[in-house]
Amino acid sequence: MAQFMMRRTLYAIVTLFILSLTIFAVVRLTGDPVTLLAEPGARAEDLDRVRAEWGLDRSWPVQYLAFARNVLTGQLGKSFNYEMPVSTLYFQRLPNSLELALAATLISFFIGIPAGIISAVRVNSAWDNFGKIIALLGLSIPGFWLGLVMILTFSVWLHWLPTSGQGGWRNLIMPAVALGWYFAASLLRLTRSSMLEVLRSEYVKLARLKGLPGYVVLAVHAFKNALIPVLTLAGVNLVVMINAAVIIEVIFAWPGIGRLLYEGIFQRDFPLVQGVVMEAGIMIVVINLVVDILYAYIDPRIRLTK
Amino acid sequence: MISTIEETRVLAIAVGSPEFTGIPGRWAGLARQLPALPLAILVPFVMIALFADWIAPYDPTEPIPGAKIFEPPFWMEGGSAHALLGTDFQSRDLLSRLIFGARVSLIVGVMGTLVAGSIGTALGILAGYLGGWVDQVIMRLTDAWLALPALVFAIFLATMLGPSMWNIVVILGAVYWTRYARVIRGEVLSLREREFVKLAEIAGGSRTRVIFRHILPNVLNSTMVLASLTIGVVIIAEASLSFLGVGVPPPEPAWGSMLADGRSMLMVGDWWLTIFPGLGILLVVLATQLLGDWLRVRLDPQLRNM
Repeated sequence: MAQFMMRRTLYAIVTLFILSLTIFAVVRLTGDPVTLLAEPGARAEDLDRVRAEWGLDRSWPVQYLAFARNVLTGQLGKSFNYEMPVSTLYFQRLPNSLELALAATLISFFIGIPAGIISAVRVNSAWDNFGKIIALLGLSIPGFWLGLVMILTFSVWLHWLPTSGQGGWRNLIMPAVALGWYFAASLLRLTRSSMLEVLRSEYVKLARLKGLPGYVVLAVHAFKNALIPVLTLAGVNLVVMINAAVIIEVIFAWPGIGRLLYEGIFQRDFPLVQGVVMEAGIMIVVINLVVDILYAYIDPRIRLTK
Repeated sequence: MISTIEETRVLAIAVGSPEFTGIPGRWAGLARQLPALPLAILVPFVMIALFADWIAPYDPTEPIPGAKIFEPPFWMEGGSAHALLGTDFQSRDLLSRLIFGARVSLIVGVMGTLVAGSIGTALGILAGYLGGWVDQVIMRLTDAWLALPALVFAIFLATMLGPSMWNIVVILGAVYWTRYARVIRGEVLSLREREFVKLAEIAGGSRTRVIFRHILPNVLNSTMVLASLTIGVVIIAEASLSFLGVGVPPPEPAWGSMLADGRSMLMVGDWWLTIFPGLGILLVVLATQLLGDWLRVRLDPQLRNM
């Protein structure tokens, strides 16, 4: 187990190293970041001053070391616009993004899991076909368009819900549905296939042979085991939603991490963009590492075969 | 390591992929049984995209002379027959912009998928067949790139590269190749141990020959399945980038940027600016998903009950 953890942790560190190299290289290969930062028509000596200020006049290895040191000390560099460490800005926005992502996960649970179970228990019935349509639409309707259509319907025409901003639960409903929409469809598919697999297993057959009532077999024997991959996916997906809800947060003026990234793009604040992207990568690598280790802890086959 | 929802689906699908049974007859047979519904949606869109120059009533980037801004569709009060679906904020014809927008979505969807598929399949084969340090390098790069949420990575690259349609094709190819690489590598690992590959090697076939004659044809099924899953994702990603203003630059008409243009008029209820471009995305992605589902079932009978 210890050996497995060591190896996985080492992989995670290598992954983050390559990620940081990628981000570093992209920023510098795609042109002079200073021209992105500076106003058009800035004088050459001003550009040089900005370059010196940001250390961009130094050699690449030196620049990379500075970048890596910034990541390792947890600061991620200083935002050009806010004149604050990117990590401070990131963690200021984190609770808002977490709130939205949790609400979206909850909504996708309410839609995806029951629908997935019914589809699996009644395979090829009308329920199953209905589930398939939901899943198909979930993957085909862009979440941000759904958000716009909901604003049109529930705010502009019906005046039921506020269009944007943060406040009570009424502000949370539409962005959470728009964000959770896609994931609900994925959950439905995963719950369905996971349930189908479990329902075919020997222990479920045994439970039925013992004469247990159908709902007990479903709830206690089947559902509990089918839930493991579903919860894993939900955990990883929560972290992705926290970091990647850019458009939904823009549409609903939600002050989260996605909106921070968007502001970074439009204020040409490349240290901010670079830092937020790096932080998102770190969080996802860490959650994946945790999931892998937990899995190996629960299931010895994983740590022995890999 | 489970990184994204699609990845889980892709892995689930690829696990049971069938073997190759001869290209020409099989593809011709498939073509004869193409399903009606997705084709009924896709063929008109492809035609519209191909012949946009002849079909569109106006130049999509120029205002209609004499027309007002935000004219509603012709059947509503204030609408007129010269702009059937109304006009936008620069009094440009919405219908013409939708028609040319179809071209952008389809080009980016197909080309982005092609780029991602080529890079991913090539690297996956190299990693799986050559093994050793080549495998290590490619797979660690894949891990690192998969650690970023696809959209965040795409936004980051688009911000740094600057907006243009062909940049978006390259960017989306660079973001989505990783899932092909993972799956194809796994397939090649097991193919490498198969007798026909061993025999080809013993018979003195060079590495290049073995790869092109024996490995590549046998992974094409998986590439096709992955491509069918990717194309809708790529189309939505392009719309998302264009919506955020880092995709296809104005005045070029793209459905995503049209949604962004229409957003300001959502509050006064000018629904046509939001509904029509979104419906375009929805229909095209839905059709590719249906076609993909059909293709998957055809190429892999084991998945019919998944």
